[in-house]
Amino acid sequence: MGIELILFYIFAVILIFASTMVVIVRNPVFAVLFLVLAFFTSSVLWIMLEAEFLAITLVLVYVGAVMVLFLFVVMMLDINLAPLKEGFIKYLPVGVLVGFIIAVEIILVVGPGNFGLDKVADPVGHAADYSNTKELGRVLYTKYMYPFEIAAVILLVAIIAAISLTLRKGRQTKYIKPEDQVSVRKEDRIRIVKMKSGE
Amino acid sequence: MNFQIPDFVPAIPEIFVLSMACLILVIDLFVKQENRFFTYLLSQLTLVVAAVLTLYVFSGKEIFTFENMFVSDNMSSVLKIFIYLITSICFLYSRKYLIEQKFFRGEFFVLGLFGVLGMMIMVSAHSFLTVYLGLELLSLSLYAMVALRRDSIPASEAAMKYFVLGAIASGMLLYGMSILYGAAGTLDLGEIASYLSGQHGEMDVITAFGLVFIVVGLAFKLGAVPFHMWIPDVYHGAPTPVTLYLGTAPKIAAFAMAMRLLVDGLQPLHGQWQDMLIILAILSMAIGNIVAIAQTNLKRMLAYSTIAHIGFLLLGIQTGNSEGYSASMFYIIVYSLMSLGGFGMIILLSRTGFEADKIEDFKGLNDRNPWYAFIMLVLMFSMAGVPPTLGFYAKLSIIQSLISVEMVWLAVIAVLFSIIGAFYYLRIIKTMYFEKAIDTTPIHSNFDMRVVISINGLAILALGLYPSALMNLCIASI
Repeated sequence: MGIELILFYIFAVILIFASTMVVIVRNPVFAVLFLVLAFFTSSVLWIMLEAEFLAITLVLVYVGAVMVLFLFVVMMLDINLAPLKEGFIKYLPVGVLVGFIIAVEIILVVGPGNFGLDKVADPVGHAADYSNTKELGRVLYTKYMYPFEIAAVILLVAIIAAISLTLRKGRQTKYIKPEDQVSVRKEDRIRIVKMKSGE
Repeated sequence: MNFQIPDFVPAIPEIFVLSMACLILVIDLFVKQENRFFTYLLSQLTLVVAAVLTLYVFSGKEIFTFENMFVSDNMSSVLKIFIYLITSICFLYSRKYLIEQKFFRGEFFVLGLFGVLGMMIMVSAHSFLTVYLGLELLSLSLYAMVALRRDSIPASEAAMKYFVLGAIASGMLLYGMSILYGAAGTLDLGEIASYLSGQHGEMDVITAFGLVFIVVGLAFKLGAVPFHMWIPDVYHGAPTPVTLYLGTAPKIAAFAMAMRLLVDGLQPLHGQWQDMLIILAILSMAIGNIVAIAQTNLKRMLAYSTIAHIGFLLLGIQTGNSEGYSASMFYIIVYSLMSLGGFGMIILLSRTGFEADKIEDFKGLNDRNPWYAFIMLVLMFSMAGVPPTLGFYAKLSIIQSLISVEMVWLAVIAVLFSIIGAFYYLRIIKTMYFEKAIDTTPIHSNFDMRVVISINGLAILALGLYPSALMNLCIASI
């Protein structure tokens, strides 16, 4: 067994462990941290597949930016988790059973019996001067221009959706306008009531 | 590396719709609420010009561009024209409701146009990548449109359910695509088809495995049983114009997606997906028609009727020959026109602060307005498949295609379930004609809506008398 295979198995196990923990852990902050771990280990797997650019982007963009935002949001929100966990134990046996059956079936199909080296040729590694980033840049704006543009439109729709769903019009803070304050006259504010003196 | 500038001409309609959607988005920012009509008018103009452009670039040939990721053929042109037509009528119907419910916002039209762009991309896709991206563009616009009414709790709930289930379905579809990519080493649908017909049983298990996930993803998006759970809740919870939009044109796009994936890409696996589609079709017709009987809400009833119609649609696709495909195409176009009218009637009867989405709201419609009752009668007869309406010919052509491939047993099942389905459509007619009206408020509507909904209903009757024109169009485009 080569060193690559050992590394693959180590990181694959960590990845599966981390992804499971994201779902089952009670504290949402821990869930986000486990998600960070899952992203990190999958980026290691990508590096082993010689997809360095994607791996680095995953760490920089997801771990560095998106997950930090996530962490802030999760910390700010005050979610009562008890109702969310209701019925967890009740549905657990069925869920585990279905998940187990699906996992076994998938392993039977995508295992070495159908995807072994005798079926699919061993991928050839690239030379040392091969630049993943350069190759991606070469095709991204040429061969894949059309899907790239569509992806841009999808992001635009996401922005429109996010803004139109969250933007609330109208003033929500009660601040004071100094220019109105200085122009206030006595007559606007004070009402003089004539009263009879005490008898 | 050689790179040639791709031919942009076949994609001019897409480019135009995208530019206009962005333009309307910006213009809408500077338009005052009382001039919001301008946004609506621009959106309608976009659809009309896009239709003209689609006709202009139509050449009758199959043209590939953008490295074979984009295809323009007869089917894509015809379906695009119907998508513009149906979306345009949908915007027209929506305007009345949006104004009355104080909900006349530019985002509705902008997101609607982006959804149209997503549908166009799906219709013209010739690669797994473009199918998926078009689908995501459409779905994302739809999620946002369902949630657009923030203060409505049912709408938020519907949006959440739709979003979560839609994301799972996309995941399924992507997983299936990635497995097939792993086997074939390409994302191009044409190359996948030639790979699959070239290999004889070597990677059978893998391709079948990928196929299962693709069919599940498709069934989710079409709303076939057992992947239908989101449909009733989303149709019920969403604001009626959004339900109208969601239940009409995207169905045509979903049909196109099924055709592109199963026929253009996976035709060599026909023997395998045929069985899956038959099961989905029978279950959909059974659950859709039987559960619809128990509904008291019209939007929910129409949602279950959609599920039943999707079952019929799948029957046509599973035959695996061009007769079946053109029958399905005919069916989905007819279905979109009928549900356009059906949801349009709900909007027509609604007024400020009142939603006519319960069946009892149609009580005595004949006394209140005989003409609207007649239009609804035609629509319901057509959905039930009563001659001489268009819905009858749609069902007939599917059943003919089944008999021509000697699947008489399936045809019998289809007829049996349509008879069960006829009950709940006829119940609406009974409610309109033989029951006393509870609500006698006069029905107000704009002039354009009255005219178009009348044309909508009469077209279903008139095209039912001369179905050959639309049918020939569908045969020619497959």
